[in-house]
Amino acid sequence: MIVIINYGLGNLGSIQNMLKKIGVRSVITSDIATIKEASKLILPGVGSFDAGMKNLKELNLINTLRIKILEEKTPVLGICLGMQLMCQKSDEGTEPGLGWFNAELVRFNQAEGLKVPHMNWADTRSLPSSKIFNNMFEDPRFYYVHSYHIKDTPADSTLYGKYNGFEFVSGLERDNMAGVQFHPEKSHRYGMKLLQNFIENF
Amino acid sequence: MSSFRVIPVLLYKRSGLYKSVKFKDNIYIGDPINAVKIFNDKEVDELIFLDIDAYNNPAGPDLDIIKEIASECFMPVCYGGGISSMDQIRTILQLGIEKVSLNRAAVLQPSLVAEASREFGASTIVISMDVKKSFWGKYEVYIENGKKNSKLEAIEFAKKMEDLGAGELLVNSIEKDGTMTGYDLDIISKLASQITIPVVACGGAGNLTDLREAVKTAGASAVAAGSMFVFHGKHKAVLINYPTSADLKKLFL
Repeated sequence: MIVIINYGLGNLGSIQNMLKKIGVRSVITSDIATIKEASKLILPGVGSFDAGMKNLKELNLINTLRIKILEEKTPVLGICLGMQLMCQKSDEGTEPGLGWFNAELVRFNQAEGLKVPHMNWADTRSLPSSKIFNNMFEDPRFYYVHSYHIKDTPADSTLYGKYNGFEFVSGLERDNMAGVQFHPEKSHRYGMKLLQNFIENF
Repeated sequence: MSSFRVIPVLLYKRSGLYKSVKFKDNIYIGDPINAVKIFNDKEVDELIFLDIDAYNNPAGPDLDIIKEIASECFMPVCYGGGISSMDQIRTILQLGIEKVSLNRAAVLQPSLVAEASREFGASTIVISMDVKKSFWGKYEVYIENGKKNSKLEAIEFAKKMEDLGAGELLVNSIEKDGTMTGYDLDIISKLASQITIPVVACGGAGNLTDLREAVKTAGASAVAAGSMFVFHGKHKAVLINYPTSADLKKLFL
């Protein structure tokens, strides 16, 4: 079963709606027993970095997820804040992240004329090594809502988004893990293809 | 993709879709779910769905229709109409809607704007401002589908909403609504130059040039339109339409 982790932040219904559209059943839960049984995990989320980490802690999910992802190698897809939490840390907060990706988050530089939050569709390109973009449609575009983005180009970077000419890493992939800054569940057929790739290629 | 969002607005009332002129003379457009499905197939940037009668309903927003829309839309959707509590917002977001728009509540209970912004994030909270120029040339904010003048001055109101944590302003000109004669660029540019959150222009769009002007001349961050995306030709035959992504890219170059 595909499990969408509910830790109190974000629009989970729309992810389930899109999975249903591509014929995939999923459950939305914070129940540890159900999460332990999951064949694949989706870590969504909208909100602040510290609130996200605190909620995961309060639900006693951090260790369960670590074993599931890093030891059992269960496939996981982080979306938006979910992807950010998979990194080491963020300028937005003081809590350490889950640290599965060696990456950190910085705020968009308003001095460069970038309004914050970045809330728009953006052209998104991929490296050939990306599994999550396998056979993606031409000119892929995704819907983004975020104030922080991945700093520099860490190892495991596979996707890049563009905001008014400023390019930033918007996707990370390594082994059983993928994280994307944008919202595939709100990005038409591009998002559907991405979710399908996660289901089939991870 | 274009760097400015282009957003169809659908007006809903008691199980049907309507399109107004100056907030009156509602013309029946058709079944809401059918229209939403077509817009989804046309891969619109975003959709705004406003229940223009919900404020009259003591039961609040029609959750059944909201749920149906959310399950048909694979793009961001903003719902507005009859929202007056945190619980309603929470429920609507859980159904798979990204943003809620507050109009009457923003005027009558501004603390809800602050509370909702804190809990759900600023980018989730849209303030829908229906504005009309008074005899004295002052733009005033109207509520209850344009029926009631709050007497609040538009720019002051917008600044207050921004301070309270609103993420976006949907500025709808009552006088321009449904006329397809172009946006009210005056109020859009005044707001866009004095407010830092995105201003979404609404009311009056008739063609692509109007969309371009709202962005390039008046400084809107996004453009919304009703008639332009539901009518076709001079006799206003109902036909759901939306520019191609390639056309929009060219338009905003």
